[in-house]
Order: sequence, then C-alpha cells, then structure tokens
Amino acid sequence: MTVTDFISKLDVVFETTDLSTITPETSFKKLDEWDSMLALSLIALADEEYQVRLTGEDIRNSSTIEDLYNKIKAKK
Amino acid sequence: MASFSIHNIAIRGIASCVPRNIEHNLKYSNLSLEEINKFIETTGVAQRHIVQNDTCTSDLCYEASEKLINELGWEKEKIEILVFVSQTSDYILPVTSAILQNRLGLSKECLAFDIPLGCSGYVYGLSVVASMMKATGLKKGLLLAGDTISKIVSSNDKSTSPLFGDAGSATALEIDDSAPPMLFNLGTDGSGSNAIIIPDGGARNPTTQESLKSSKVAEGIERNNCNLVLEGMDVFSFGISQAPKTVNGLIKAFNLDINSIDYFVFHQANMMMNKMIVKKLKIEEAKVPYSLKDFGNTSSATIPLTIVTELKEKLENKNCKLLLCGFGVGLSWGSVYVETNNLVCLPLIEI
Repeated sequence: MTVTDFISKLDVVFETTDLSTITPETSFKKLDEWDSMLALSLIALADEEYQVRLTGEDIRNSSTIEDLYNKIKAKK
Repeated sequence: MASFSIHNIAIRGIASCVPRNIEHNLKYSNLSLEEINKFIETTGVAQRHIVQNDTCTSDLCYEASEKLINELGWEKEKIEILVFVSQTSDYILPVTSAILQNRLGLSKECLAFDIPLGCSGYVYGLSVVASMMKATGLKKGLLLAGDTISKIVSSNDKSTSPLFGDAGSATALEIDDSAPPMLFNLGTDGSGSNAIIIPDGGARNPTTQESLKSSKVAEGIERNNCNLVLEGMDVFSFGISQAPKTVNGLIKAFNLDINSIDYFVFHQANMMMNKMIVKKLKIEEAKVPYSLKDFGNTSSATIPLTIVTELKEKLENKNCKLLLCGFGVGLSWGSVYVETNNLVCLPLIEI
C-alpha cells in the first residue's frame, strides 16, 4: 500500500473535490466539502479497503492526507 | 464471544408504542438547510416521535404491555417475570420494573428487575428472560424495552438531538415445548465505554452545579455533563466492524444457512452505518427492514419497533426465521436467531 494508492481510493469519500488536486500534503479538513459526515466515509473506507478501525481520535489528530495514510498504515 | 442456545421458549407477541408528537428534522434550527438535508441523507432520519415532558419510557411500555396482554388473552396473575430494559428509568431508584408490576396489576409473585442497556438491550433482554424462564420453569414473561433519549440529549447538540427518537415496546414470551431454540451471540467491549456516555449524575461523578453548565464542545455541539455524549466517529467505526462480526459469529457457531433467514432486523443506528453492515454481510437488501426515516434511533426499542412497523403482515399467521442484532452503548452487542410461529404483532400504538 502506498499513499498514491490511498488517494486513488478517495473518490468514494469526496464528491465535489477534484481528486487530481489532492496530494499527500492536502489539509483535508480545509476542503470546502469537509464535514463530520465525510469523516464517517473515511472510516468506512479504512474498514472496507484496509480492514482498519479508524477512531475519532485518529481523524482529529490528522491534518493532512499523509497523516491519515500513516494512521491506517500503522494499524495495518 | 459467548454463543449459547435456549430451548423451549417461544416469543408470542410484540407491541410497540410511540408518542404522537412528531419533530421534523427539516425544522431543526441549529443546522442550515443544506446541512440538515445532508444529515437526513446520511442518517436516514427525517422525523422522530418525541414525548412531552410528562411522559416517560415506562408510560410507553405500559401502553404496549396492556394492549399486548389483552390481545394475547393472558391472565395477568400468570405473568411471572417482568424485565424492563432502559437507560431512561423513572427514577434512579427504585427499579421501574417494580412500578410497572404494580401499575400493570401483575401478581406480587412476579420477578421484576431492570437492565440498563441501550442499543444491544433488546437482544440481551430476550436472552435474560428466556434463560430465566428455561432455568426456573416460569411460564409467562414480559420483556419491556425502550427509551426516551430526547429527555437526556441537549437540543443544541447536532450529533444527538436530530438522531434519537422515543419509543417503548413489550414482548411476550412463554414456555413451549415445541418452540425451536433461540440462538444467541452476545459480547462486550468496555474499552469503548466513553464512546456513548452521560458523564455526571452517577456515583462516579455526582451532579454538582458545574454539571449543569452548558458549554460549546464543537461547532453545533453545546451540552452539559448530564447530557448524552455520543462520539459519532468511534461508534460508527465500532458498529461497522462489530455488528458483522457478531452476526457471522452466530452463523458460524450454529452452522446456520444465512440464505435461509427470512429477515434481518438490525438496531437502527443510522442509515449509513446500517447499509455498510448489510453490505459487509452480503445480505439481500429486501430482507432488511428499516424504520429510521420515521422514528430515528430509539435505542433498545428499534428492533421491536421495526418488527411492528415493517414486518407485521409478514410475521402474522406464518413461520418466520429472524435474525435480530443490536449494538452500541457499553460498548455492547448481541445477535439472536429466532424462529417465530404465528407471531402476534400489534399495530403501532400512539399515545
């Protein structure tokens, strides 16, 4: 698993954000469409694609896409 | 995970009761129209039945019990066990089941106690009543399950207020030598006890003046320490992982054929979580009823409420194989496989 691979799977999470604009450095909570419902989608993605249980704390302690990726990788 | 079977106990009938008063989420003023539309789309909750101040969970369960006992033609003095599953009791003490025993006019020979579980409570309650009846020979039992969560949420908390509704239920169980076994899988993970909690008002943190001071925890979330706290992300993560595990655990423990089950009734947590659970279990959508849209999450009442509102005609006058699954506060979960035979389902009661 790589961060590029992770980003390519984010299309099920984001609806209005152009995926090509997302990089490992993107601060996902600053995206226009970010809200608590999208957080649930991220948790669902981690569960489905990586069989990893992300917690609220994991999301709260992440600011960039790479932070999130690292949280998932650490739990793999 | 604890898996066990209980033989010779039949579920005879189920009744559910909701308050007539409805709150529409589109009118929830703490969110913008765009936000509330997204909330409704994600959670599936469009409206909720909410009690007035003078109505408690026990009142809803009382109505459901009276009508169910009457419909079944049961003699009240023959009911030997009453269990009330709720997290919104009438008082801190005594147990509400004692109040209900008296109000329903049941015999003084009747066992009565409360179980303060929430979303997993209906399945736990069935296991407790059925196993006590099986172990002791008590012939008729009542399981009353429900909550009025509206009384314990802050109306200014977007993470709880528009999600929870109020409901009560009554389920009648009876010893029956011909009843197929009820099969259970129950479990607990107290490491998640903070995920759904009311911090103050118990013996650990008694209520003080501080407890009642409301503060802004996050955008759209204002509450005090006697209000319900729901860590939505943690509960979501738990639900999508644990609910499929308990269902699969039950199926594996008893070698059940998942395709032979007629209906899967899940605790109505929120639509996104429930759909995810169903998807992971690869169950046909048509076998999974929902009552979230009209009633929201009603805690331990969601399973009987969904049975009454969505499956009434399908369960009456025939045999049905059901799998019921509850999961949530504790954290705690349970699933049960039960075969019903001419189950009596009363039409939804409104008071």
